[in-house]
Amino acid sequence: MTVIGQPLDRVDGDAKTTGAARFAAEHSHPGLTHAALVHATIARGRITALDTAAATAVPGVVAVLTHRNAPPLQPPPEINPLDFNTLFTGTFVRYLGTDEVHWDGEPIAVVVAETLAAAQEAAALVRVEYETSDAAVDFAAAEPGAWPQPDSPLTQGEAGKGDAEAALAVAPVAVDLRFTTPQHQHNAIEPHATTAVWDGDRLTVHDSTQSIDWFRTHLAVSFGVPTENVRVLAPFVGGAFGGKGSIWPGTVLAALAARATGRPVRLALTREGVYRTVGGRTPSIQRVALGATRDGRLTSLVHTSTSRIGHVGGIPEQITEQSRHAYAADNLLTRQLLVQVDLVSNAFMRAPGAAIGSFALESAIDELAYELDVDPVELRMRNEPDVNPLDGREFARRRQREVYARGAARFGWHERSPRPGTTRDGRWLVGTGVASAYHPSYQFPADVTVRLSADGTVLLRCGFQEMGMGAATAQAQVAADALGVPVDAVRVEYGDSALPPSPGANVSIQTASIAGAVLEATAEIKRSLSALAERTGGDSPAEIIRNAGVPHVEAAVGPETPAGRMTGSERFMAMMMRDQHLVRAATGAHFCEVRVDPETCEVRVSRWVGVFDIGTVVNPKTAGSQLRGGIVMGLGMALSEQALVDPRTGRIMNPSLAEYHVPVHADVPPIDVSFLDEPDPTMPFGIRGAGEVGITGAAAAVANAVRHATGKRVRDLPITLDKLL
Amino acid sequence: MKSFAYVAAPDTATALRAVADGDRVKFLAGGTNLVDLMRERIEQPDTVVDISRLPMSGVEELPDGGLRIGALTTNSGVAADPLVWTRYPVLAQAILNGASPQLRNMATVGGNLLQRTRCLYFYDEAARCNKRAPGSGCDAIGGFSRGSAVLGVSEHCIATHPSDMAVALVLLDATVEVQSTRGTRRIPIAEFHRVPGDAPHVETALAADELITAVELPPAPVAANSRYRKVRDRAAFAFALVSVAAALRVEDGVVTEVRLALGGVGTKPWRATEAERTLLGRPATDESFRLAADVELRSATATAQNAFKVELARRTVVTTLRRLLTGGSAA
Repeated sequence: MTVIGQPLDRVDGDAKTTGAARFAAEHSHPGLTHAALVHATIARGRITALDTAAATAVPGVVAVLTHRNAPPLQPPPEINPLDFNTLFTGTFVRYLGTDEVHWDGEPIAVVVAETLAAAQEAAALVRVEYETSDAAVDFAAAEPGAWPQPDSPLTQGEAGKGDAEAALAVAPVAVDLRFTTPQHQHNAIEPHATTAVWDGDRLTVHDSTQSIDWFRTHLAVSFGVPTENVRVLAPFVGGAFGGKGSIWPGTVLAALAARATGRPVRLALTREGVYRTVGGRTPSIQRVALGATRDGRLTSLVHTSTSRIGHVGGIPEQITEQSRHAYAADNLLTRQLLVQVDLVSNAFMRAPGAAIGSFALESAIDELAYELDVDPVELRMRNEPDVNPLDGREFARRRQREVYARGAARFGWHERSPRPGTTRDGRWLVGTGVASAYHPSYQFPADVTVRLSADGTVLLRCGFQEMGMGAATAQAQVAADALGVPVDAVRVEYGDSALPPSPGANVSIQTASIAGAVLEATAEIKRSLSALAERTGGDSPAEIIRNAGVPHVEAAVGPETPAGRMTGSERFMAMMMRDQHLVRAATGAHFCEVRVDPETCEVRVSRWVGVFDIGTVVNPKTAGSQLRGGIVMGLGMALSEQALVDPRTGRIMNPSLAEYHVPVHADVPPIDVSFLDEPDPTMPFGIRGAGEVGITGAAAAVANAVRHATGKRVRDLPITLDKLL
Repeated sequence: MKSFAYVAAPDTATALRAVADGDRVKFLAGGTNLVDLMRERIEQPDTVVDISRLPMSGVEELPDGGLRIGALTTNSGVAADPLVWTRYPVLAQAILNGASPQLRNMATVGGNLLQRTRCLYFYDEAARCNKRAPGSGCDAIGGFSRGSAVLGVSEHCIATHPSDMAVALVLLDATVEVQSTRGTRRIPIAEFHRVPGDAPHVETALAADELITAVELPPAPVAANSRYRKVRDRAAFAFALVSVAAALRVEDGVVTEVRLALGGVGTKPWRATEAERTLLGRPATDESFRLAADVELRSATATAQNAFKVELARRTVVTTLRRLLTGGSAA
């Protein structure tokens, strides 16, 4: 029986539930100090006066570091289009290297003290005066000045075919809608934390990162030391969602403070500190216009977006990406515009672009279904593409028709009354909604070593990151399957930059990418075993190894081996070239039921069915949790989540979980997740990523259900009750 | 958090002396609000007097059929009390609609009465706030005011009173018993909380050296048919956008007794006396309920962001009173 596909408990479950797992802020060192940040309270300008006397006088304070006394940082690595990692620089500010202020919340001082209480107290006593400059902080006000997003080797700012606007103008049936989405914050349960220790020119960092290898490179460059002098450890990360993919000020400043003081430093951000120094998801303003024939064939699909980056960094989001692949429209126009503001850079957040782009696209499809008086599942079926709508490329494997059919059956979709506002359960108005999910799937190069020992045990070593998704469990299953050993015989070492490097846990790539390397390594081990068996004989792998008189058989995938002779970026480009003729994505469909109070307009989600095509499901338990987590995050996006950036000041006014409303248990209904569970023929083990597809389409499913319950189309997230009164 | 001296009071007299003798002394009971505010540096006491071990906990029946609730009784304790459930269901419901079970296990009745606003600008040291820094101005006006008050506001402050429990106590005509070294006095709950006017930092009638020792509920047969309805942005663990506490008696289709109080919309827990006067003697119909709400909300002053609260309050008043006609007091 293969172990792939088994719903195994996570291998680190005991350690996490008993508290044995130590997170980045839980590592101690002799002489450990604690750091606290002082944040700028203006969006842009210059520090004109800085008084640290009171702070320095607090008992236990070791140092108050500011731009006046902090050792200089080297400039961070520049963005290299061929090295995906280099996109993950939070900001290009050289922290504490200038009197300039670039965003409200930027760290302008770091206090290091013997206790956390002393550090926080002293940080509050640093007095700062500023000369303020005009700042652009109001996204909506900046929109008229938006400019076209430039193309990059990985993404296109604009893509289309035919003349979509002309086709729209003559379409027998059309919708043309404007949508807005606010800034979202990741809100991982573990706030960002770093423990940094220098030993001469060698730096060891425990960090809550989802990009161990990149953090090592970045820190080495920032401090001007060889990469091999830096070790980053992150065996456990308490959630990340993209917020820990880029390197943000806290990590750099912890290492800077440790260097400046000669003491080990722990910098655990407060929740407010996370909001002020780590970017969130860009807000967006979007237009989706659809033209169709009277029988519901799309003749035109227009999707344009405006999003923001910061003046000090940030990456444009691919908000219209899925509209290039989702529906068989005759004419297509997608265009992404940008504005630049004096706020902390935007950050990738679970399904960047797709999470919010799918809200607009899937809401518009639903609205078109009303215009046509066609069932929204049926409308999607009619426009299901056989090849990529943009350019006719093949899909690696696309089974959306099966996804819709299975979801509709599990949900009981066809029992619904199509008329909005007509279904009641007691006083509640009941509505149901459907939306599609889409997230592209990639494979990146990863380095691994695999060792099979004479006692039959397997050691898999790879510096990947485990943020709660069950990575170590899944890779143990992959290795066990590949070598035909019990999963208990596999031990996995991960979360350490001293191990062979893994790509960052971003873009839903980790499971498939590492599995690809494990597949290569285990194939080599099997070849070695065959060669040994020819010489000295043996039936089982363990017997072959014993007969051969060697302690183990080992294979490595990486730069030092024949299998991975090329450097990382060359291997990456080779994989991209290999796959460029294909369009490959994890897809799915959400079916959702909401209840709306007819008087107060409170919305409660009461039922959810999600069906996903993520290729081979390595572990249905952990994969199901990933998808459920994405859906829960989508519920928050739909109904309550919103960072309140004061347009007068650029300051986030709700930097706390009390006022930024993520869903609580009472907001989350039972979620039925199922999979097609058929391999993607173009991916290692047939695996596609499952980390992000769950959130795509989720907010639209809620919005569509609210539309069905109430007759009201809310186009501005979140769908708070005041928008329905 | 600023460093402070900590005193565990062995008895009430010691606690009262400690606060009488010092500046910037704060009583600590459950700590569910004070400690947060100290962490945020909004409260910066020099001395914290821990009263949590004083014998001021428990619910007792009074000879007249009312209840005396010790100031240190936890919110959970009040909500679970059988006499509260049967005689004042609105109070139990209000408490259970607030916070989380963990917080309710710690928070006390006395402390809850002193709970401070959740206004975003009150919480932000970088913002102007007349409550936190008198005379500095109000950034909520013209800022994020979706959660702000529409009743009892002034040009200096529009901060909402956040308590659910206090709305029920206002409905029930509670009396707040306070002690100081000068003696004991009893403050009617209607006079306990203050609207901001030109002194938003003065939030209650409590003097700096006074300690809340008990809350008394007078007998109120009408409260046996009472209800608390809270409307918020998520299903739990959020402050009210609008809440309504109501008690109603109807005879022959006519309102013969009614009490109504509003939360989430006022700068203090809001007793809707004008609505009550309007309803008394009228037929118990949606039209009357709506008229009463309209009369009460005539004085509302809203911003563009919180104007919806006026309509939401109107609807919630109507639906809550209607439920008392038909569904009884079940939540």
